Parts: sequence; structure tokens; C-alpha cells
Amino acid sequence: MGVGIEVTNLNAWYGTNHTLQDINLHIPANHATALIGPSGCGKSTFVRCLNRMHETNPVGRVTGSVRIGDLDIYNDCKPVQIRRRVGMVFQRPNPFPTMSIYDNVAAGLKLNGYSNGRHLDEVVEKSLKNSALWDEVKDDLKKKSGASLSGGQQQRLCIARALAVDPEVLLMDEPASALDPVSTSKIEDLIFQLKSQYTIVIVTHNMQQAARVAEKTGFFLNGRMVEFDSTHKIFTNPSDKRTEDYITGRFG
Amino acid sequence: MNTQSSNLRSQIRAVTDHTVTGLAIAATLIVIAPLIAIFVYLVYKGASSLNLAFFTQIPKPVGETGGGMANSIVGSAILLALASVIGIPIGIGGGIFLAEFGRGGKLANAIRFTADVLNGVPSIVMGLAAYALIVVPKIPFLPFTGHFSAFSGGVALGFMMIPTVCRTSEEMLLMVPHAIREAALGLGVPNWRSVLSISLKTASPGIITGCMLAFARVAGETAPLIFTVLGNQFWSSSLNQPIAALPLQIYVYAMSPYDDWHRLAWAGSLVLIVLIVVAVSLVRYVTSRGILKGNS
Repeated sequence: MGVGIEVTNLNAWYGTNHTLQDINLHIPANHATALIGPSGCGKSTFVRCLNRMHETNPVGRVTGSVRIGDLDIYNDCKPVQIRRRVGMVFQRPNPFPTMSIYDNVAAGLKLNGYSNGRHLDEVVEKSLKNSALWDEVKDDLKKKSGASLSGGQQQRLCIARALAVDPEVLLMDEPASALDPVSTSKIEDLIFQLKSQYTIVIVTHNMQQAARVAEKTGFFLNGRMVEFDSTHKIFTNPSDKRTEDYITGRFG
Repeated sequence: MNTQSSNLRSQIRAVTDHTVTGLAIAATLIVIAPLIAIFVYLVYKGASSLNLAFFTQIPKPVGETGGGMANSIVGSAILLALASVIGIPIGIGGGIFLAEFGRGGKLANAIRFTADVLNGVPSIVMGLAAYALIVVPKIPFLPFTGHFSAFSGGVALGFMMIPTVCRTSEEMLLMVPHAIREAALGLGVPNWRSVLSISLKTASPGIITGCMLAFARVAGETAPLIFTVLGNQFWSSSLNQPIAALPLQIYVYAMSPYDDWHRLAWAGSLVLIVLIVVAVSLVRYVTSRGILKGNS
């Protein structure tokens, strides 16, 4: 099951560039939350702070607190521990090119030293079914490389890979922006199904996509969160003038 | 634009196209011509002296005809195995440090510069260095030192492999997309594990090519062996003794005044080249099995 995320006074820097300023936010459990905003507004940096990926950049720095469930991720645990509880799907599909489809899905477990063959088989099948890819690949699980799939299939493979470590939260950084419309709609259907089991945070440039998949939407601008509310309210009756300007296409 | 001038233009384009294609083909031929010429000449000069005795017997004393280079073939194999055991792990380890851990740091820059300089050091100097450092002095607790030995030659060749292996490993690791490393980190995989299981594996075809290049380069080296392994006319497979090696034997025979030895030197050269090709092909075949090929 998913857990809620409580963000308090979060600030983040790239070198001297203050990319996130005083973010306070509650992301509800088992819902999809969309983050929108123009390029460079800090929404990607924000999701990367939720699984401590931001600090893998040598000049990245974070202050403030993020609680995922009852865990303060910046004080109570190591980065690798939190990344097993918070899965991430990236903008471009990034399957491991030397691995088969099966090994891609099993990678998270195998590389963390887990190797019970029968259980792995079950996890791989369940994850691929959850990411709606099972029927397309079940016959060449170990024969084909992950890189031999189409772009849309690769992205669903990456979702399966993230699901296989049984996370509570799924972060998606523009998961459909490199895909064609058909693949995009498959990914959106998937998000719809997955949000009953996981807390999903999705960054998107596509406002229709945010409106379609998310219950809550946050609008980011210049490193600050301008507005956070129900998706319906953000798109029909935003409180802030800047949000209205953005969603009506006056800038961005 | 009228039809005539557009016709002329398309003709000029066609001529340019053919000229450039022709130049590219010519350049390719010039590149492979020496290789083919060498190989054909070696077969012409050496093949006639190849017989069973060449692969089973050791050199005959001066004045007697016949004999073979069996001890040199075995000696070269031992030297190259030792060189690979030293050069490949250290080289790959250095490449991993440069690409994954020391990126942009002062230490990494110093190592990279040193490796490049080492790569340019003439092989005879490498031999002299080994001579001065481990052949002449007896190093306490380090066996095989203090005299001419197979060990010292393997060390000299191994250190010649390090810069090539190190720099190609670095380059190949840097070519591994950042997105793939992030994918591994995002799954909660520790960095060291990601480097070993993801980056190194993804870069492995290129790294293996680098290792094979370094291997093939030192396989034909003669100069570093003169001051270290010395050569041996008899059977020896001991790391503690002077040992025979194909390039050394070829050098000795080619410099001799005897026609029979000249023929053996040609045959030895042919065998050396064929063995290098076989070894490299074998490694490529073995390491390419089990790697799944992606279409994209």
C-alpha cells in the first residue's frame, strides 16, 4: 500500500543556483498527484528530492524535511534504503541494455543480493502484469534484450522494474514525454490502475495528462510552489493569477 | 531555374559523389594493403618451414639443421598470461577509478596524464626500467627478482598493457549513458554495485577490445624482453628462470648468419601473428556469447 508524503521547508540547490525554495506540501497516500509548470521551474528537482536522487549530483544540496509514511528520509535512513521504498520512472526509457527483459525486471532484487529463483519468477510475472506488458513479452522473457522493445514497451518495462522492488511510492518524471500518443495513453491507463496500490507523483508538461490522471495538482514556478489543490480546482478556478495565466497558455 | 542548369548541377553532384566514394575506397585499401602484404609475404617465406618439428622441438645447436620453436611458443604464452594477469586487472581498476570515482579530481588528472606518458614510453625503456628495478636488485620478499627471469619479463609487458587498458576502460565507461546509472541508483542499488554490475557490464565489449589491443601489442614486443627474460635455448616453464619467447627467438635467428635460422625466423613470425589472431578471436567469441543483442 502507498503512504503519504509530508514535505516541510524543502530547499534545494545546484551549486549556487537555488532551484527549490521553501516547499511545503502534503501528498496524499494512494492517489496520483501531478506537478506542472514551465521548464526549469524545479518540479523535476522536487521529485528527485523525494528519493534522495538530487544529492547524487556532486553539486546538489538539500535542506528541510521529507517524511514518507513515518520515515524522515533525510535523517532516519540511508539513501539506498529510501530508494527501495520509492520507485522512480524517468523521462526517457532507460532499460539496462545488456540485460534480458526478465533480468531488467529482476534487477532491483538481484542487485540488492536477492536470489530466490522461484520467488523471482513470481515477482517478474506480477510486475509485468501490473505494468500491462506481460502479454506482449511473456514468450521472450529471457531471449530478448530490454533494449529490443519499442519505446512505449521500454517505458512499461521500466515501470515493471520499479514495481518489482515493491515500493510504496512511485515517482514519474515526465514518463510519457518521449512516447507516441498510443503509448502515452497506455501509460496513463496504467497510472490509473496503479494508484489504488501506490502513491504516485507524476511530473508532466502535458496539462491534459495532469487533468486526466491526477486527483491533486501542484503548480511550480521559478523554484516555488505557487498553488496546490485538487486538480479540478486548479484547472477550473485557480486561486492564483499566475496559475491561471499558465493553464490558459498565456506563458510557459 | 531552367532544366539545363539543374541537369548540370545534378551531374556535378554525381561526379562529386563518385569521387569522394572512390577516395574513401582508396584510403581503405591503403590501410589494409600493408597488413595483407605482410601476411602474404610471411606465408610465402615462412609456410615452407612449418612442420610438426617446429611445434614440438626446441632449437638445435648451431650447425645442425632442423629443430623448432616449441619452447618459445610456450614461453610466449606464459609471459603473455603473466602480463595479462598483471596488466588487465590493474588497468581496468584504474579505468574504473578515473571514470566513476575520481572524475575531474586532481588525482584523476595526474593518473590520466601519467598513463598517457607511460603509453608513449618506448618499449626498450620499459625493459630497462624492469632491468634496473627488479632484475639487478634482489627485492626482499619478492620472489624471482635479482636475476634474469620470466617473471621480470611478464612484469615489464604487464606494465606496458596498463595504460592502454586503463584509458580505453575509462573511455568506454564514460560512454555508458548517465540514464542507466540513474536507473540503477533509483532502484536502491549501492553505487559500487551499480558500477560493477551495470556500468562495467554495459561497457564490457569496448573494454575487452582495449584489453585485446594491449595484448596484441605486447605479444610482439622484443625490446622489453632483452633485458629481462634474456631468452633460452632449452625447455623452461619456470618463472624464476630465463625463458624463451617467440619475438626474442625471431630476433636472434633473423640476426644470425645461417639460412636455416632465417627460414625458422620467418616461420616464427608467421606463427606469432596467427597465434595473436587466434587468441584475440577466441576471446571475442567466448565473451560475446550470452550477451543479448538489442535492436535499437
